[in-house]
Amino acid sequence: MVSTSVRSLTYTQAVNEAFHQEFERDPSIILMGEDVAGGAGRSEFEDAWGGVFKLTGGLIGKFGPERVRDTPISENGFMGAAVGAAATGLRPIADLMFVGFVGVCGDQIFNNMSKMHYMFGGKVKLPLTVITSTGAGVGSAAQHSETLYSIFVHFPGLKCVAPSNAYNAKGLHIAAIRDDDPVIVFNNKLLMGGVGGGIHVPEDSYEFPIGKADRPKEGTDVTLIGISYTTYQCLEAAKILEPKGYSVEVIDLLSLSPLDEDAILSSVKKTRKVVIVDEDYPKCSMASELSALIAEQAFDFLDSPPIRLNAPHASVPYSPVLEEQYIPSPSKIAESALSLLE
Amino acid sequence: MYETMVLIRRFEEQAKREADSGRILGTHSAIGEEATPTGICVHLDDNDYVLGNHRSHHHCIAKGVDINEMMAELLGKVTGTNRGKGGTMHIADATKGMLGANGVVGSNIPVATGCALAAKVQGRDNVSVVFFGDGASSQGSLHEAMNLASIWSLPVLFVCENNRYAESTPFEYAIAGQSVANRAAGYGMPGVTVDGQNVIEVYEVAEEAVARARKGDGPTLIEAFTYRYHGHFGADNPLGYRTPEEQKHYKDKDCIKTMEQFLIESGTASKNKLEAIDNDAVQRVEKATQFAIESAYPDPSELLSDVYVKYP
Repeated sequence: MVSTSVRSLTYTQAVNEAFHQEFERDPSIILMGEDVAGGAGRSEFEDAWGGVFKLTGGLIGKFGPERVRDTPISENGFMGAAVGAAATGLRPIADLMFVGFVGVCGDQIFNNMSKMHYMFGGKVKLPLTVITSTGAGVGSAAQHSETLYSIFVHFPGLKCVAPSNAYNAKGLHIAAIRDDDPVIVFNNKLLMGGVGGGIHVPEDSYEFPIGKADRPKEGTDVTLIGISYTTYQCLEAAKILEPKGYSVEVIDLLSLSPLDEDAILSSVKKTRKVVIVDEDYPKCSMASELSALIAEQAFDFLDSPPIRLNAPHASVPYSPVLEEQYIPSPSKIAESALSLLE
Repeated sequence: MYETMVLIRRFEEQAKREADSGRILGTHSAIGEEATPTGICVHLDDNDYVLGNHRSHHHCIAKGVDINEMMAELLGKVTGTNRGKGGTMHIADATKGMLGANGVVGSNIPVATGCALAAKVQGRDNVSVVFFGDGASSQGSLHEAMNLASIWSLPVLFVCENNRYAESTPFEYAIAGQSVANRAAGYGMPGVTVDGQNVIEVYEVAEEAVARARKGDGPTLIEAFTYRYHGHFGADNPLGYRTPEEQKHYKDKDCIKTMEQFLIESGTASKNKLEAIDNDAVQRVEKATQFAIESAYPDPSELLSDVYVKYP
């Protein structure tokens, strides 16, 4: 029997709730992006979209157009405006609709956002949040299906988080907004679309600490490391491995920069075998970074080298027959784990 | 305003000497361009914002940034405006509303729009001024920022210092239509052309634009024609792309000399008074240089400080 205290929210509902609660709490928070409300300038169509992925619905009605601003298609313009506004008293949230669009505003993110606090001698803070969508699997093809974690993690000065379910999504968005550094939040499309289903999300406001990984499954035989959607894939892979008698540990990274190195290393030192599952392109990816970390700091504990499962070194294809091969599947993850276990 | 222009000139001359002596790598000298920021910043206070570009020493000084701290920053000392972490192209002083020079052409223009946005959302009547060059006027960032500032009616002054060259490239080649000011009409805001070497004309144009912005009537684009006497950067010899005759033509219309003539002819100040101001500027710059030389470098541990406010 389900307890009446379980409050099941979807990923999208949880993030939306985070925004509503934070907007209520702090009047210096504003939101900018394309169609974050929708129907701009026409009162009868206000809030037409609430964001492409429905994360930001209802905000303009409650908090008004001064704080919730639809922008023209000007990523360079409004991302730069987010930097300037953050430097002068606001806590802006800027929505980069698809992570691949970073190509349009890279200057503002990589040259200003990541650097100003440092190069101004610590005398200016940029307490802003960038939310963006990631991931393949929905037929959006090459330019709208990327992941690109490592490109942002690469830059000193940026923090990066990637939620994996409704519960940590609410907590990480709240933590990101309250953080005085620029934080990039990667929201995976399949998760936003409901994969994994709803889980219990507390009604009160809470922060999930940035810099801490989660361990949704504890085990002793092999470590599977997931990021966002691939954490779900790892948990599905565990369902294939457990009936074969294996005890599987799943680490959910959640925080990409800063990285919870202790959680990763203590797991690998225990199980001695690791499969890293990262949906991003393979070269210079988060999986590469984790591999190096594990090899350097847990070398003596490993039974075999770490296995990296990424997308292939190819753009995301359109045809479903090709795209379904793109993201590492639970059976592929299980297969890799078995190659270490057997 | 005369005092400010003279101070800028003397500071920049010293900066050039520092570069020539090898003590610093070099700077993007603003000698010749003193009038434009001077005539504009007179209408601003510490709570208004100025954002600059790579050639920003004159913006900083006109906005009231301390020249001791500026010189120390050029020498990479911990007493510099940026604790030695930024250098000549990134000088910033938030206490004076100088939210930074910026080494990427056009990069600060959207940032300045954001400062204006914050002022508007928080109900303050502060104004944001961004300086950029003829080169930057081709960057998409300017167009996006002008559009945004116009649709949201933000209190921004977009000030193009057209010194006629983007590095070695003349503006007649690079700017379709030959006029930056004319682009304003396409973005629904007034566009004004002004002689950037005449500080009084700049003053008058700026007065109107700042008042507009403060009232909530939105942004203005100002194109101020000016001239840099030296190369793009320290080691650049501008005679590689312009004639000695042209240089002489513009140096003969020097903004400080022009103002000097005006002040004397109008009886506002005597030659002696102006000389005293100049001597004072020279002394202040000497003091700043001494301060910078005697200041300590940052502790090596500062290499890793201020990457984040807090990590993790």
